[in-house]
Amino acid sequence: MKSKLSGGSVGYKIFTVIVLILLALFFIFPLYWIVTGSFKDAIAISSRTPVWFPTQFVLDNYEKLFARPALRWLLNTVVMAVSAMLLTCLTASLAGYALAKKRFYGRGILFTIIICAMALPKQVIVIPLLQEMRTLGLADTLLAVILPTVGWPFGVFLMKQFSETIPTEILEAARVDGAGEIRTFATIVFPMIKPGVGALAIFTFVNSWNDYFLQLIMLTSKEKLTISVGIAQMQGEMSSDFGLIMAGATLAAIPIVAVFIAFQKYFTQGISMGAVKG
Amino acid sequence: MAQTTVAAPAERKPKKPKRSQFSGMSKALVRRETISAYLFLLPSLVFFIGFVVVPMVICVVYSFMEYSMKGIEGFAGFDNYIRMFQDKTFIRSFWNTVFIVVVAVPTVTAFSLWVSSAIYKMKAFTRSFFRCVFYLPVVTGTVAVTVVWKWIFNAYYGILNQVAGTTGFDWLGNEKTAIWCIIMILFTTSIGQPIVLYVAALGNVDKSLIEAAEVDGATNFQVFWKIKWPQIMPTTLYILVITTINSFQCFALIQLLTSGGPNSSTTTIMYYIFDMVYKFNDFGYANAMGVILALIIAVFSALQFRITKSN
Repeated sequence: MKSKLSGGSVGYKIFTVIVLILLALFFIFPLYWIVTGSFKDAIAISSRTPVWFPTQFVLDNYEKLFARPALRWLLNTVVMAVSAMLLTCLTASLAGYALAKKRFYGRGILFTIIICAMALPKQVIVIPLLQEMRTLGLADTLLAVILPTVGWPFGVFLMKQFSETIPTEILEAARVDGAGEIRTFATIVFPMIKPGVGALAIFTFVNSWNDYFLQLIMLTSKEKLTISVGIAQMQGEMSSDFGLIMAGATLAAIPIVAVFIAFQKYFTQGISMGAVKG
Repeated sequence: MAQTTVAAPAERKPKKPKRSQFSGMSKALVRRETISAYLFLLPSLVFFIGFVVVPMVICVVYSFMEYSMKGIEGFAGFDNYIRMFQDKTFIRSFWNTVFIVVVAVPTVTAFSLWVSSAIYKMKAFTRSFFRCVFYLPVVTGTVAVTVVWKWIFNAYYGILNQVAGTTGFDWLGNEKTAIWCIIMILFTTSIGQPIVLYVAALGNVDKSLIEAAEVDGATNFQVFWKIKWPQIMPTTLYILVITTINSFQCFALIQLLTSGGPNSSTTTIMYYIFDMVYKFNDFGYANAMGVILALIIAVFSALQFRITKSN
């Protein structure tokens, strides 16, 4: 009986591993196809039989891509994602600390509002945001995509979760020693929530980089586009030049995938912390 | 002391009502703390109010306005809301959206739970490898993922037809298959986060309970159903809610793959809202649909909350 049971579970284990590997291949394949596709020549691209691996690596697609302002788009995207990341980390760590460790009037209601706002559909807000940005004269500037990203309350929530782990006794000791608020934050609080800030930084960077809808709505002039919107527009104009489009997709995907793999640990930590008590 | 009993923080243990957050603090200290707390909150609040609260208000206000190419034409009352019920494209996009949500949310949740159960006991390296792989489509970005799928699905140059031997079949141009293609891609870009969450949650399940149950001769299935499942319930609820919110807002895939077609068979509410702004500059109607979409999502989230709580 016992051996039968464990025999069955071994069979199940092998089945699981095989399915997982097949799925992993299925999930990696699009990225593989993007990168290899970007190096294929026109013949391989329009071949009627699958060309699993480019026999000739050509750079024609990239030459065509850089003739458009693709590097400009990449630069815009980096400026956008880095600014959004820095501003979010700064404002959210200050606010998260206050929400977690300060006792003040309006704390409960403020926290409830933040939780409710996170359940709002982000994209619905983007349409009225466009009207607001037009009124402010910020439409079609990078600020129009940076500012709303900083305003999104997830960061505050995440930093509150991390700040709750700070022992209150340490803060009280600092106060007794006469340390001012800013000094307490800079020398005691911030070093303690650093892993949280790291998680938030990478999370904001990736999300801002990939927030296609916001970028699409806000940016219109060719030299102000981000890489995502630029590629999407390119696809609309020349939908059958798959080599060129894959070169664009490679340029859009590889930097962010590299950043993600390098900081994966922080990233997963951020996601899991954000859900605790969520 | 009367004012010190207000604003008991909601997230503290609800078992002890009326216990003030200010207990043991002098009035002067409470005032000092309140002022410094708001100074810490100020930068964040400026962004939150400016770019989340204000647009929300604009959304509701403009949903009652008549809007055209020229701009605001006047007050519309509930006209924009009534128009939705008579608008066949809106009704079609509503059902398409619901269809996507009803198919995608349970599939994503069940599938990510299965994958997580399979990988959470593996060695740290293997576990993070798989977690990384399933997160890859999210990081790669919707646009890059979508354009490559568009090529894969292409009737003549796409690898799918070449491998499947269905030469010339237009997956995205067919009313029956287009929406399934979209759901499939949505699925691959949606399971990354749930897997990360479930792996973390399963790792936190009380091991002594599992061991005790195994000593008592419980089967794997019983251990899962009686011990793990109740403990990961909050995570399941969170995953259901975020996946629902994301699926309801399905847009980029549709804009890039099918533009809502063929014959509106893949138009979602979000895509229709976009269309309304881009083709007709009708911010009034677009915002009214936005309000309704937000309400629908709120109702769905509340329902999931109810159902999972009662279980």
